[in-house]
Amino acid sequence: MSKLLLETKELTKTYAMGQFDVHALRSVDLKVNYGDFIAIMGASGSGKTTFMNLLGCLDKPTSGSYLLDDIEVHKMSSEQLTLIRNEKIGFVFQGFYLLARTSALENVELPLLYTKKITSHERKERAMKALETVGIADRASHFPNQLSGGQQQRVAIARAIVNDPSFILADEPTGNLDTRTSIEVMTFFQQLHRQGKTVILVTHEMDIARYANRHITFRDGRVISDKINPNPADAATDLKNMPLPETED
Amino acid sequence: MSFIGIMKIALKSLMRNKTRTFLTMLGIIIGVAAVIAMLAIGQGAQKIVEDQVNSMGTNVIMAYSNFSGTAVRQAAGGGNLITVDDVEAMRELDGLLYATPVYNSWGQLKYEGQNWRGSITGVDADYFFIRNMSIAEGDFFYGSDVENGNKVCVIGKTVADNLFGDIDPIDKVMRIRNIPFTVKGVLTEKGQSVMGNDQDDVVIAPYTTVYQRLLGRHWRVMSVMVSAQSKEQITNLQQEILDLLQARHRGTTSEEFIVSSQTELAETANEVSNTMTILLASIAGISLLVGGIGIMNIMLVSVSERIKEIGIRMAVGAGKSDVLMQFVIEAVSISIMGGIIGIILGASAAHIAGNAMDWNIVVTPWSIALSVGFSMAIGIFFGWYPAKKAANLNLIDALRYE
Ligand SMILES: Nc1ncnc2c1ncn2[C@@H]1O[C@H](COP(=O)(O)OP(=O)(O)OP(=O)(O)O)[C@@H](O)[C@H]1O
Ligand SMILES: [Mg+2]
Repeated sequence: MSKLLLETKELTKTYAMGQFDVHALRSVDLKVNYGDFIAIMGASGSGKTTFMNLLGCLDKPTSGSYLLDDIEVHKMSSEQLTLIRNEKIGFVFQGFYLLARTSALENVELPLLYTKKITSHERKERAMKALETVGIADRASHFPNQLSGGQQQRVAIARAIVNDPSFILADEPTGNLDTRTSIEVMTFFQQLHRQGKTVILVTHEMDIARYANRHITFRDGRVISDKINPNPADAATDLKNMPLPETED
Repeated sequence: MSFIGIMKIALKSLMRNKTRTFLTMLGIIIGVAAVIAMLAIGQGAQKIVEDQVNSMGTNVIMAYSNFSGTAVRQAAGGGNLITVDDVEAMRELDGLLYATPVYNSWGQLKYEGQNWRGSITGVDADYFFIRNMSIAEGDFFYGSDVENGNKVCVIGKTVADNLFGDIDPIDKVMRIRNIPFTVKGVLTEKGQSVMGNDQDDVVIAPYTTVYQRLLGRHWRVMSVMVSAQSKEQITNLQQEILDLLQARHRGTTSEEFIVSSQTELAETANEVSNTMTILLASIAGISLLVGGIGIMNIMLVSVSERIKEIGIRMAVGAGKSDVLMQFVIEAVSISIMGGIIGIILGASAAHIAGNAMDWNIVVTPWSIALSVGFSMAIGIFFGWYPAKKAANLNLIDALRYE
């Protein structure tokens, strides 16, 4: 039996919008183990991003509890949450969210800048290694605007893993990418998962969810299904079987 | 996160946006440059005033008849019109070193084809000593020239250049209002006075000759220039001169003579130039303040422009205090860099202005310290609010911001 990474109990998020309350998340109970590769699905507005923000310690729940590595996250201060984000969580966003006018390497170094003791040499080395993991080390000195969407997302993945986090959260990481590039990006998530990383990603597309080992579906702020995917597809194979694009850069 | 680390982040972020950084700096650059230049020019002016007052001579006292208020009394008994006999009497006073009557006149100067209009000063030979004058070419005139009323003169450089050009003026005969005078010497160049008077545009001749040959019958007003033996004796001597004049002119009051000293003049001049300096510095200070508001303005714009950046940094592990510090350091670095550039610019501007006006411009260390300290304070003061605003951004909103 694998080890428990996180557990939410009756996790609730309510936004007060004037006279009305928006119940973005209604009492979600969920357990995630180390080594899981979870795809979260659901209609637009069902609360996926809200849930991810809470798991990522980017936001605080209205009520309920959230245990991460036996830490009672819901009781932590903003400063403590900052530390947890930096040490335990890697983020990948739909819009890449790289700093403009900042090289790929420096973008990947970013989380390490806010880490306590580390020499700049060590920092560069680790950032470079993360870039190698996603096969984009040759673009280390490029700026985001000199990279394609897929390349930018790979830099973002490198940034997410550079601090060796407990898990990676990805909110629609392929939302801005074409099919081929999406699968290419998924090969890296799958590769990271096989190396033992825990990955939680949000997606609208079943084609993307196929690569995950566990499917969770949200509706109206609740989990309506939570299933193991016994036969996840292999992204690398799919990529090989795809027709080649007409021009390669 | 260490302070050094945040500082590196802040500096990098400034380097990435050179245009924005430069524009933000511009206000401070101009403000500091203005402060430095204004203070330097103000102090330069002060120094010139001092030099000028000193160039009047050493321990100089001047005495005039005061014609304002009271009617001019030139009747028998002389009224308050100072005479050559008064000067002779003054020579007996304790603590007096030199004394000379001074007659001022103005007229056409001629040498061969050349014409020039200039001032003519009629004095005793003592005048050269009182005013610490030195001769560039030729010689002064002497007491015997004064006694005999010789038609000789000493001229300044401007007069020499305009009347004689390349010709050596020594022992040449020039005409002052058509009366021939022999040029005995040319004075060492002195340059312009604070008021813009050309101090080399002078002709100095024995007062006896000036009195007899040049002054009209009704304009024989004279002043006295005296030098005291030492600085300490000035005040005392001033009083004695006033007493003497009153005693020798029956029925006059002390208001009818003005006896002023160089030190008094220096004090007044200093007061004026101090006021000037303060005024200039305040104007410059206002522009520095405006520069500071400029920093705040652009930092605020930059906070809203960089909401996403702040969100990303906070998501990957930057705390509120890190963001706060980054923005404060950015603001302070901008103002310090702006301050340094401003100092260089202001000092150069002051030097260029100094050269153009032939002033000796002084950029004092304290004016540098003042503007650096001030620009740093402005950086912290005006950088704080935008920084606070950046640090208090809601993380989710910041990340979502488009
Ligand atoms: N800051 C907010 N203030 C008020 N309501 C919000 C806020 N954020 C989200 N909501 C509401 O909460 C609900 C869930 O939103 P959420 O962003 O989690 O949906 P989602 O499942 O991620 O949708 P999508 O697939 O479109 O990204 C929605 O009804 C949304 O309008
Ligand atoms: Mg969403």
